[in-house]
Amino acid sequence: MTRSVLSGASLFTIALLLPNAPALAHGFAGQRFFPATIATDDPFVSDELSLPTVSTIRNPGPGGGQEIDTSIDLAKRITPSFGIGIGETWQHFSNAPPGFSNLAVNAKYQLLVDAPHEALLAVGIDAEIGGTGAKRVGADRFSTVTPALFFGKGMGDLPDSMKWLKPFAVTGSIGVGFPTQASTIVDPDTGNVERHPNTVETGFAIEYSLQYLQSAVQDIGLPAPFNRMIPLVEFSFSTPFNRGQSGLTVGTINPGLVWAGRYFQIGAEAIIPANSRTGRNVGGIVQLHFFLDDLFPTSIGRPIFH
Amino acid sequence: MRFLYASLLLPALLSAAPTARAHAFLDHASPGVGSTLRQAPATISLWFTQELEPAFSTVSIVDQGGQRVDGGDAQVDTRDQTLLHASLKPLPPGTYKVMWRVVSVDTHTTEGTFTFRVGG
Repeated sequence: MTRSVLSGASLFTIALLLPNAPALAHGFAGQRFFPATIATDDPFVSDELSLPTVSTIRNPGPGGGQEIDTSIDLAKRITPSFGIGIGETWQHFSNAPPGFSNLAVNAKYQLLVDAPHEALLAVGIDAEIGGTGAKRVGADRFSTVTPALFFGKGMGDLPDSMKWLKPFAVTGSIGVGFPTQASTIVDPDTGNVERHPNTVETGFAIEYSLQYLQSAVQDIGLPAPFNRMIPLVEFSFSTPFNRGQSGLTVGTINPGLVWAGRYFQIGAEAIIPANSRTGRNVGGIVQLHFFLDDLFPTSIGRPIFH
Repeated sequence: MRFLYASLLLPALLSAAPTARAHAFLDHASPGVGSTLRQAPATISLWFTQELEPAFSTVSIVDQGGQRVDGGDAQVDTRDQTLLHASLKPLPPGTYKVMWRVVSVDTHTTEGTFTFRVGG
């Protein structure tokens, strides 16, 4: 007789939970695993911790110095389909005093997990809370609220004649940023004001999962660590659409690589300005990201309410 | 900088957590994923990255017409709980689809499919 590693009571609990648990923590839809992307918000709710995310880039302009940002982000499921998140960034400049940026919080609701089509859909809202960061690093005194739609789609349902394309997946988000203040008086003497436009925030990532290739399409004998690598390119854009700045898009293109292990993933990307308005300097970003649902499945890694 | 160093130590510390388990991914299989075999195999074996819960882990194999060709006896190996295997009926040349669904010992469910081919 096969030895069960769980007690009878645990088996009963699993039996009760399984039919009601289509969304099982970090980014799964059917056999597709979506890694947490660095620049683009994920289309799933999760119990995960990014610690740290470190980016560095030389700021544009004649006086632009080197900037190093170190961030921590925590995502926590309240229910299997609803989660919240919080993030904070320490900004360090080579030519200016350092400080914390504004606190970022978010909430997300999982609308859809379609296993056969490897599809995910979620809605959420991000908020940068004005006044919580340091004035000396330019943290806004006003808040910005960004409702957004998040999506993910794996290509595993392509016909077998296109099997080498099946490991591809795309994730992305589109949202609109609403500053709580339309403008800020920069110089009371001259009446100079800085205007804060509404913006369309878009981001998407194109991924090719070598793990998916090996386990669902064709075992080509990739050894570790290559069999858990996911090359990807992320695109992130912000486009104002009013207050005198319509169409002045800024954004970055980030080619990189994610390695996903059992309990954490590591990601590294280049940060390439998408246009001259964004800048001319290439930067880099690395992230260490923990799957709390796998590390602590019976405590902090599970939803608070089932 | 201390903050950075401390965070780089976290993977080792957290991975050593005694309760740590993870989602079970398919590591490899025999017949191999996407493979072509000259002779029909008598069994199918799937190795996962985590130990499986036997009561909720299964695999079935169908031919191109959707008919089951496994013996209906899928079970987790008693000595190696990362291994799920099943017997196969005699397989004529053709393409076969393997469908697995497993529960790792921490109750995470994963599922997947792949194909293999018998004959030229």
